[in-house]
Amino acid sequence: MPEAVIELTGLTKEFPADPPVLGLSQVSLRVGAADYVAVVGPSGSGKSTLLNVLGLLDRPTSGSYLLDGIETTSMPDSARTRLRGSRIGFVFQSFHLLAHRSVVENVMLAEVYGGRDRKNRRTRALEQLDRVGLSHRVNFPPERLSGGERQRAAIARALLGEPSLLLCDEPTGALDSKNTETVLALFDDLCAQGLTIVVITHENEVSGRAQRRLRITDGVLSEDP
Amino acid sequence: MKILDLWNEAAAGLLARPVRSALTALGTVLGIATLVITLGTAATAGNQIVGRFDELTATSVTVDVPGDDRPLVGWDDVREVTRLRGVTSAAAVAEAKESANISVRANELVDPSRMTELTLTVVASSPGLPEAVKGRMLQGRYFDAGHLARGDRVVVLGERAAQLLGVTRLDRAPAVFIGTHAYTVIGVLGDLRREKSLGSAVLLPPTIGQRFGLREVTRVLINTSIGAADLIAKQAPLALSPSNAAMLQVTAPQSPTRARDGVENDVNALFLILGLVSLVVGAVGIANVTLVTVMERVTEIGLRRALGAARRHVAAQFLLESSLTGLTGGVVGASVGVVAIVVICAVKQWTPVLDVRLAVAAPIAGALVGLLAGLYPALRAARMEPVDALR
Ligand SMILES: Nc1ncnc2c1ncn2[C@@H]1O[C@H](COP(=O)(O)OP(=O)(O)O)[C@@H](O)[C@H]1O
Ligand SMILES: [Mg+2]
Repeated sequence: MPEAVIELTGLTKEFPADPPVLGLSQVSLRVGAADYVAVVGPSGSGKSTLLNVLGLLDRPTSGSYLLDGIETTSMPDSARTRLRGSRIGFVFQSFHLLAHRSVVENVMLAEVYGGRDRKNRRTRALEQLDRVGLSHRVNFPPERLSGGERQRAAIARALLGEPSLLLCDEPTGALDSKNTETVLALFDDLCAQGLTIVVITHENEVSGRAQRRLRITDGVLSEDP
Repeated sequence: MKILDLWNEAAAGLLARPVRSALTALGTVLGIATLVITLGTAATAGNQIVGRFDELTATSVTVDVPGDDRPLVGWDDVREVTRLRGVTSAAAVAEAKESANISVRANELVDPSRMTELTLTVVASSPGLPEAVKGRMLQGRYFDAGHLARGDRVVVLGERAAQLLGVTRLDRAPAVFIGTHAYTVIGVLGDLRREKSLGSAVLLPPTIGQRFGLREVTRVLINTSIGAADLIAKQAPLALSPSNAAMLQVTAPQSPTRARDGVENDVNALFLILGLVSLVVGAVGIANVTLVTVMERVTEIGLRRALGAARRHVAAQFLLESSLTGLTGGVVGASVGVVAIVVICAVKQWTPVLDVRLAVAAPIAGALVGLLAGLYPALRAARMEPVDALR
């Protein structure tokens, strides 16, 4: 069996409260390379909690999480931060582009915190913009882009540095159906190119495009046939 | 993270809100400008007062030579004094009671057959007198070693004496009669800043002075560079008269540095406090705005953490932003301060004294103020949990 990108075993996340809130309960999950997984579930079911744990933004209370075969739960913060910067790309519902920077500068931001040489950074950013079909918007400020273009710029930023995992939290939540379609088409392409994608969504249109659907209810994860 | 990247991110962060950044720096501008103006004008004013002392008193040394059976100081001995380090000029003069009221006559310009007759003081001097009294030849020249060697019958008139005698032009080689002999006037000495009484005297070479009882040097006028007066006052008697140094009376200025310190301390205390208070206010301003900026940029902080920024990267960026704000305030404040000093000096006709160290220290002080002000906001930013920041 080839090495998994994500390997969760008995993973639990408790939020301190009285009584403690169970965000994730005994979650086990294996996601292989080039998998395209959608996670669905009602509001408050634990989708964001799962994504935060997968993105190394939050630590589980117990259980294990191997990313690219590396055990992450016992790592110090600094190592998790480096791993996050190098292996994981994030796509947010509200894009999180910096308003005062051009599209290409926003993409280049993804390399600021890695150790990578500044030389050719712009060229690499332009390659990713070409990949998402935004070569004609390179020097635009984000405010002059359509919603779909903004999300594609954010995806280009997430792709810079060639992560092994793309984590998307309601990536089409702020888009109309036409722009949703362009972003979903892009995900199809990226998946075909070998990228592993995990998408959180409540839209059937999005989950329907994934190869695999997972349902989460009250912190419990199950396959959704 | 590379230093250049950190720099770029901080600069971009500030430039994203240029007006706010400029206004934030304003408090530091005021504080630094106040400090620079206070320290700068106090130094200038203090120096100015000392400056007047310097040129009239603080650098003037006078050696009185008492009368004796034989000359204690020879005319040529002045040269020994000018050789001392720190002496800028020196001259010997001979004055005597009997030469204080001598009848001097000159042909009148309008009617050359008529004469003007006056009673004037006649003084003999060595050739270096114009420099020694910090004067200026208004016309012609002073007598030199050549005139002395040849025993030329020449005189130089003090400015006032020339006016009284009606000697206004030298091109026709006017003569004055002292006693029964005629002497050619070769120059008019004026603008004396020391020994002003010589402005109404008739000045003779020692060779001529002998005829009027002006044989021996009675005084030596010495000018020193600033700070050298004390030392020269000790050395001059020995240089002038090695064997009779103790008999010479030296008049030297009082130590000038204390006057300067006194002036500075009085003027400064209040304004220094004012400047420091402005700086503190400036620091609070920067801290306040940086804190607001941190709160406004929570999602940006979350994004940066998601992109791989460690807590220290986030802290470093906000610290650098606040430091740059302070630095800008310091640079602008120092510039404003320097311009203000120059204007004040122009109005008061002072010579500006700008301490280079102040010009360097002011921006550094500004940057430090910014750095301190940024500590708390940077800490808040660094402590933020990425999960909360991205919610
Ligand atoms: N920081 C927190 N502290 C306490 N409870 C939390 C926290 N974050 C999430 N929760 C709780 O955990 C559960 C799952 O939340 P979340 O993962 O955000 O759900 P979803 O994204 O599916 O809407 C909810 O009951 C929520 O109230
Ligand atoms: Mg959620």
